Amino acid sequence: MPTNYQRLQPPVDYIPRITAQYSGLGYGEYQWLQSEDAPAWTPLSKPLSESKLGFICTGGIYSAGQTAFHFKDDTSYRAIPTDVNVEDLRATHFAYDLTDARKDINVVFPVEQLRTMVDEGVIDSLAPDAYTLMGGIYSTRRVVEELIPALVDRVLADEVDVVLLVPV
Amino acid sequence: MGLIARAIEEAGVPTLSMSSARDITRSAWPARSVYLDYPLGHTAGQPNKPELNEAIMRDTLAAFESLSEPGSMAHLPYRWADTDDWKDKVFAPMESKKASDDSPEYDDDRVARYDTPQYQTDDDQTAAEHSHDGEECLVCVGIDY
Repeated sequence: MPTNYQRLQPPVDYIPRITAQYSGLGYGEYQWLQSEDAPAWTPLSKPLSESKLGFICTGGIYSAGQTAFHFKDDTSYRAIPTDVNVEDLRATHFAYDLTDARKDINVVFPVEQLRTMVDEGVIDSLAPDAYTLMGGIYSTRRVVEELIPALVDRVLADEVDVVLLVPV
Repeated sequence: MGLIARAIEEAGVPTLSMSSARDITRSAWPARSVYLDYPLGHTAGQPNKPELNEAIMRDTLAAFESLSEPGSMAHLPYRWADTDDWKDKVFAPMESKKASDDSPEYDDDRVARYDTPQYQTDDDQTAAEHSHDGEECLVCVGIDY
């Protein structure tokens, strides 16, 4: 635990800071999602230790051999086998420092620690594929019309019991 | 990502969203979330610290069973470093940034938003192009050509 509490700061307020940065760089006004209604709620159907987990990550992660993401409202996704060799994983993105992700992809695509969770019995198993996205998509309409239906279909087809989302 | 989490939850699958941006996640309001106060680009941990990252994941996944209020957020106790000095340099306000254009004082990882695939290495581009030589591409799932 830190001893110099006077140096601690509250959580960073990213919305005003990133909005200002994007505008300053001529990206246009980014519309942050502001949900007005409480989210839907689905209770777990079985204990976590008996559950199959799927996961979805933004952050522009792809596997060698796959087409990389582009930086302008890319609404595509990649399926990455959860038994992938992490040495084959890559990250490209316009909006975060990639240094540590390229040192150890698990900081944004936590596949190795999730495999350990299976070994430890915290969860029963992983879905055969994880899905990766770019994120930072300006068009909410395109996310709703193009990306979300495809991902929901995938998640349902995988018959996972729970889904972990890992945004960057 | 918040929209995706909400849609999957609505489709009948419980979700949990990791977050290192508390205000963004609160605004998006997914069913369950876990906040880790780390710099962006480290949603799931620190590089080459597998034991730390496993502990973070263990505590994260526990929220699937500990959170019971729709839209609630758990806070993890981990700190990035002994001090929070890293927060001084994150997306600093533009006024301050302009004043320091000559000697950049703040982190700025923005790059132009190209609309062509951005490969980490040239070899990746070659490999991706090679995988499209055949009649059937096995890795194109989710890509709208």
